[in-house]
Amino acid sequence: MEAGAEEAAVGLVVLEKPNGGCGASCMQYRLVVRDVNTLQILQLYTCLDQIQYIEWSSDSLFILCAMYKRGIVQVWSLEQPDWHCKIDEGSAGLVASCWSPDGRHILNTTEFHLRITVWSLCTKSVSYIKYPKACQQGIAFTKDGRYMAVAERRDCKDFISIFVCSDWQLLRHFDTETQDLFGIEWAPNGCVLAVWDTCLEYKVLLYSLDGRLLSTYRAYEWSLGVKSIAWSPSSQFLAIGSYDEKVRILNHVTWKKITEFEHPATIANTKTIVYKEVEKSPSVETERLSFPPTRALASSLFSTESKYDISQVPVSLQYIKPVADRANPKMGIGMLAFSPDNCFLATKNDNIPNAVWIWDIQKLKLFVVLEQLCAIQSFQWDPRQPRLAVCTGNSKVYLWSPAGCVSVQVPMEGDFQIVSLSWHSSGDSMALLSKDNFCLCYLEREEVK
Amino acid sequence: MGDWKTITVPVLSSDSKNIFQYTSEKKISPPSMNSQVLRLPLPSSKSMHSFFSAFCTEENIEQSISYLNRELTTLGFPSIYAESKGKELNLISIINCMNELLVLQHKNLRAQEEVEMQHLKLGSDMDHLQNCYAKLKEQLELSKREIVGLQERDRQLQSKNRTLHQLLKNEKDEVQKLQNIISSRATQYNHDMKRKEREYNKLKERLHQLVMNKKDKKIAMEVLNYVGRADGKRGAWRTDKTEARNEEEMYKVLLSDYEQRQNQLLVENAELKKVLQQMKKEIISLLPPQKQKPKERPEDGPVLSDLEEDIGELNKENMWELSCETVREQLTNSIRKQWRMLKNHVEKLDNQVSRVHSGALNEKDVISREDHELETEKLELEIQQCKEMIKTQQQLLQQQLMSPCDDDTTLLLQDCYLLEERERLQEEWRLFREQKKNFEKERRSFTEAAIRLGLERKAFEEDRGAWLKQQFLSMSTDYKHSENVTTPSAFLGSSDQDNQLVKSTSQQRKPYCTLSGPVSAEPWQTSRYITRNSSTAASTKPAGDSKPNQWVESDKEETE
Repeated sequence: MEAGAEEAAVGLVVLEKPNGGCGASCMQYRLVVRDVNTLQILQLYTCLDQIQYIEWSSDSLFILCAMYKRGIVQVWSLEQPDWHCKIDEGSAGLVASCWSPDGRHILNTTEFHLRITVWSLCTKSVSYIKYPKACQQGIAFTKDGRYMAVAERRDCKDFISIFVCSDWQLLRHFDTETQDLFGIEWAPNGCVLAVWDTCLEYKVLLYSLDGRLLSTYRAYEWSLGVKSIAWSPSSQFLAIGSYDEKVRILNHVTWKKITEFEHPATIANTKTIVYKEVEKSPSVETERLSFPPTRALASSLFSTESKYDISQVPVSLQYIKPVADRANPKMGIGMLAFSPDNCFLATKNDNIPNAVWIWDIQKLKLFVVLEQLCAIQSFQWDPRQPRLAVCTGNSKVYLWSPAGCVSVQVPMEGDFQIVSLSWHSSGDSMALLSKDNFCLCYLEREEVK
Repeated sequence: MGDWKTITVPVLSSDSKNIFQYTSEKKISPPSMNSQVLRLPLPSSKSMHSFFSAFCTEENIEQSISYLNRELTTLGFPSIYAESKGKELNLISIINCMNELLVLQHKNLRAQEEVEMQHLKLGSDMDHLQNCYAKLKEQLELSKREIVGLQERDRQLQSKNRTLHQLLKNEKDEVQKLQNIISSRATQYNHDMKRKEREYNKLKERLHQLVMNKKDKKIAMEVLNYVGRADGKRGAWRTDKTEARNEEEMYKVLLSDYEQRQNQLLVENAELKKVLQQMKKEIISLLPPQKQKPKERPEDGPVLSDLEEDIGELNKENMWELSCETVREQLTNSIRKQWRMLKNHVEKLDNQVSRVHSGALNEKDVISREDHELETEKLELEIQQCKEMIKTQQQLLQQQLMSPCDDDTTLLLQDCYLLEERERLQEEWRLFREQKKNFEKERRSFTEAAIRLGLERKAFEEDRGAWLKQQFLSMSTDYKHSENVTTPSAFLGSSDQDNQLVKSTSQQRKPYCTLSGPVSAEPWQTSRYITRNSSTAASTKPAGDSKPNQWVESDKEETE
């Protein structure tokens, strides 16, 4: 585990170059590119304003830095540090910005979602997409980068436009039967588009690539509906997490529910393994105590080590019932993620914020529950193998794999509260982000003979 | 029961001044009945005298006697007067009457006692019954009260039930109402949202117009130099052709995805069909061979013929592979049927087992569980023993094979199968050798006998020759004068004969010598056999002439 340098940055976003090698981090108005293995600064760029968002292009040659306040996007090249590009949206304002899959176009969403401008780095052409939908996931690219689906809203009705990314030609334009479209997501095979409605209405629609409605799924009426959706990597399953604390799995053949996973506060099934994080008091060697105590020693004294214990079933978890009169209540399934080998599904029930539920997809049963001491901030699967990394806002990162789970302390001086994490595409390392700092965690690969 | 106490009072006849008193007293426990009982009192001894004196005094003896007589006669007793008239009393009849009266009194007393006993019994019975009645009445009262209580509870519960039903209905109505409210509110909100959205859109349009009109030079992209495309190609114009191409590509993508899925499903389908076929076969084999086949055949018959008409010559296996609707249905139906039969069979077996377990044995079809277990144990033991035997045999075999040995013994061992034969052969050799020895011995003895015989013959011939000579000499002296011519011829003949004989004997002598050596077995054997015969004779009669002649002749024959 190597710790990164301390950097005070606002809106720190760390993205790793997809093809290994470099990691970028931004600090206020400076963009720092480091080597992933040595954390040595390779490049340093200065932008015009405070950077809110950075993104690598798909071929890892360019980085875009978006400054929403100024409405400017600056693009930097890694090969040619002298090359520069600035896109100014002016009075149109900027709300979101992203790369196109080919790495040569930038899609800017103007303020109030007036339009999406497609700027090309190769040609002088500019394309506009009118009436984009102001929702969480309004733009979706297929995995192979060929098609882009954009959610639009005209005359109080939702539409979806499918564009060909190579020449930005409109392929299909059709309306959806949603009240208020909340999000769209392509299946990994690029042939089916999942569209779901606002949480006031439980409705999931599945459209084929050519715009035909394949199926509609409604679990119930009136109660709060879909909170999160995830496709399995093989496109076989669609997991729908809803506000009623259940995950429903649809299969790709009939688009009907094959099972639903409940998240009760008491786990009674004896076949489920429950790992509970417990604190273990740190062993202090009195001989090594010195005065004044060094920072490292101080931090290690005050930081509590933790380990996992296997709890005996039945286990009752801490259940929180949210206040009824607030919007967007903290209940229901807020996070869903399939493992890359399609064997496991990790979920988080916001009513039980300290637990990660891992389901075995082959058996369609609950496999493991990780009970943490603090609330789960985020988790992410290793892109190569069924290994889950979890962070709960303290200075530990937790790893689970079918072989077991481990709690790793980040050896940082001072407080390092991990808020989010991000795996490298090779699965060998991951970046742990706190509000101001980040650190890279390297995982050793075991030699299996 | 009550205590009975009686006070007896003497009873007097009506026409005297005697007082009849009937009294009885008794102490009874409260619930029983009060009754007055008449009792005829027995006179006590003390009052008896006074009683008697009261009835009959010295003045009215006659009157009392006549009165007594009258009473007795009316009662049927004979008169106490002797003779019909007169005042003489018949003592005998008086005594008889008295006796009769006493007997009657006893009888009456007994009867009275019996009646009293029965009376007592009835009284106690009646008490008992009264008690029972009272208890039953109590119980009846209690149960009536209970019933009333339960009925009351039942009524309460029913009313509660009704209220709960009512509440439930109310709740349901409320839920329905709330749902209606929600839906109406939702439509209202949607409507309001739409209105607001339209307003918002209008504002956005306005803003957009303003933004576009301003012709903000700022909305631009400054780039040092344009970057090449990622894939190196040059940008193309958007034309109809490209549109068509895009469509085509899209459909290609979709089609390939569908094809892939279909292939997967086909593979899965084929596998499942195979598994079903296998299962069906196994189920058929599991089931006892009953009337399945005739059932199947008529079913398959018409359909088969139809399919065959349609498809042509195909065997059954191939037909299952087609995904015809009818074929698929057929397969699933036949599997279901077989499975049902198997289930029935298993259930039947279960029932049989449970029946056996519970004790009822059906000896025709079912072997009792204990017997079955015993049999299995026996069989297992046998199997164990056989296995052990096989193991030991294997071990021995291995030992033999593995034991170290040199070439000779290996050869011997390799020829172990011939050992027996070898043994046999050796036996035979032994026998042969023995025989050979015997024959040698015999041969030696024969040669010795032959030598002896030769010697004897020689001696005999010499004797014979000498004798003949003598004779001839004697004869010749006789006939020398008469027949000189003939006798010499005769002599010559005889001498020739003699010479011949001598020659033959001399000749024969040689063969003896030659024959004594080793000669081919056969002629020797035959000669031996002959010699054996002759030797037996020779041993008995060593100087026998005829035999030696025979022998010689035969020998001669042999040698020549």
